[in-house]
Amino acid sequence: MDKLTKQETEHIAKLANLTLSAEELEKISGQLSETIDYIKKLNVLDTSIVLPTAQTTGLKNVFREDKVQPSLPQRNVLSNAKKTYKGFFVTKSVFD
Amino acid sequence: MFELTIEQLTSGLKERLFSSVELIKTYQERIRKNDDKIKSFVNLSENCLEEAKKADEEIFKDANVFMRKKLIGIPLAVKDNFLTIGIKTTASSKVLEDYYPVYDATVVSRLKVSGSIILGKTNMDAWAHGSSTETSQFFTTHNPWNINRLPGGSSGGSAAAVVAGFIAGAIGSETAGSIRQPASWCGVTGLKPSYGVVSRYGVIAMASSTDSPGPITKSVKDAKIVFSTLIGRDPKDATSVDFSLKEEKLPQNLTIGIPKEYFFAELQEDVSRKVFEAIETLKNTGLRVKEISLLDPKYSVADYTILQRAEVSSNLARYDGIRYGNDRSFFGDEARRRMMLGTYVLSAGYYDSYYLKAQKVRTIICHDFEKTFSEVDLIIAPTSPCTALPVGSSKGSSMFGELQDILVEASSLAGLPGLNIPCGFDKNGLPIGMQIIGPRFSESLILSLGEHYQSLTDWHKKKPKVEDKK
Repeated sequence: MDKLTKQETEHIAKLANLTLSAEELEKISGQLSETIDYIKKLNVLDTSIVLPTAQTTGLKNVFREDKVQPSLPQRNVLSNAKKTYKGFFVTKSVFD
Repeated sequence: MFELTIEQLTSGLKERLFSSVELIKTYQERIRKNDDKIKSFVNLSENCLEEAKKADEEIFKDANVFMRKKLIGIPLAVKDNFLTIGIKTTASSKVLEDYYPVYDATVVSRLKVSGSIILGKTNMDAWAHGSSTETSQFFTTHNPWNINRLPGGSSGGSAAAVVAGFIAGAIGSETAGSIRQPASWCGVTGLKPSYGVVSRYGVIAMASSTDSPGPITKSVKDAKIVFSTLIGRDPKDATSVDFSLKEEKLPQNLTIGIPKEYFFAELQEDVSRKVFEAIETLKNTGLRVKEISLLDPKYSVADYTILQRAEVSSNLARYDGIRYGNDRSFFGDEARRRMMLGTYVLSAGYYDSYYLKAQKVRTIICHDFEKTFSEVDLIIAPTSPCTALPVGSSKGSSMFGELQDILVEASSLAGLPGLNIPCGFDKNGLPIGMQIIGPRFSESLILSLGEHYQSLTDWHKKKPKVEDKK
């Protein structure tokens, strides 16, 4: 089994926007390696002439009428936010 | 009253043997007395008595209301990943522990249109990640047949509540196994519809290309009644399809396929025996049975794991605690593992060898079923490789859910419908379930075969004694 390195696991955690402690990283890298080992089973199946499937209903180009409909009141939309300011969501700043 | 099916409750309401208010009070009382042992509900609705009063008034005014509103006055429970206005919706996760939706899922609004009353929200594996209900970040649900056992999952709270008589019927959702497997472990009927038949709008997404909401009930007839209120295209879910349910008589020459790969060596011995007995029961009524061969299910486990983790990582990326809920540090271990594996298989350098490869294998799985359904009408197989496992079994295992769902993953990836029905008990008195799988959109035929089986057997009528559980 190829074990994910600490750097690889850290990189994946960063991409997934998760903050993990050193101990958690160690544990999860072992678990991820186990799962990766399992999913490699697929390699024995020949897919050289097979097209990928992304959906199963076969629907194509689903349209709807572009009609203006009432949207949710601002008060409701903001009702679950931890921080709001003058009718806006408060986010972390993007630039330093 | 709590033992009656939806069908029987509706006739009771029609004949005024009891009112909807009485019904609600009976269930609430039973939940209050007994759910501390089972822990099937995460939240109870506060408005349902008012709604029941309104339902009673409607029934009083118009005897024909039952034609228009098929579920008028009937209490139902909904899995906690369906958005419900005014009832806290958490997907059993701490990220959403204080989230109050501002709109209803389409399934919920359709249930309301049909007159049913939502009594509460049921426990589940957090974000529907699992087959045990142990990954719920609040508490584990216990199996009403034996409280030292798991109910299965992820719709474990729904299945446990139905068999415990806490509710007339419940809604679950299945990505691969989350309706059928807990229905099997709890001994109830569970229908996983074809992908696209029931709208996903307002369902907290797990794997968007397979998520399918469906009913968990005491009988196939009940599943059909609830299912009929949920179906049909929804402009808010572009993947939903036009679909109607027909009264389908079982054809005389109906042929059932038995996939030999689904009866593998590790299958619990009495599970395999009971499923074969059920097949024999059906055979004795003139149905044809044919042995068939399907792709080894271990490949669908690997395939499903890749595709589902990839979709999970993308769906859970939106939870940042800004517009609602808590920040990402509140995710539990299982959700983190899944997001990270999904991120890995989608990341640069690995996309082709994992994600694209898995999408191609998905094509192979779809073709495998298409070929099979040119030879047989429906397939029967065990739903789960074993009966309910002890509490604690899923802990520390990073693939528990996938391995429990080995017999349902292929049909889910192919978007096919599947119905779990109880077909006996193992030597420890735990329920065994079999599944009927059919071609895409063959729900009418599957339900007919299920009804036929339940007209021949009483397994679905057996109930655990929840009151004695300590």
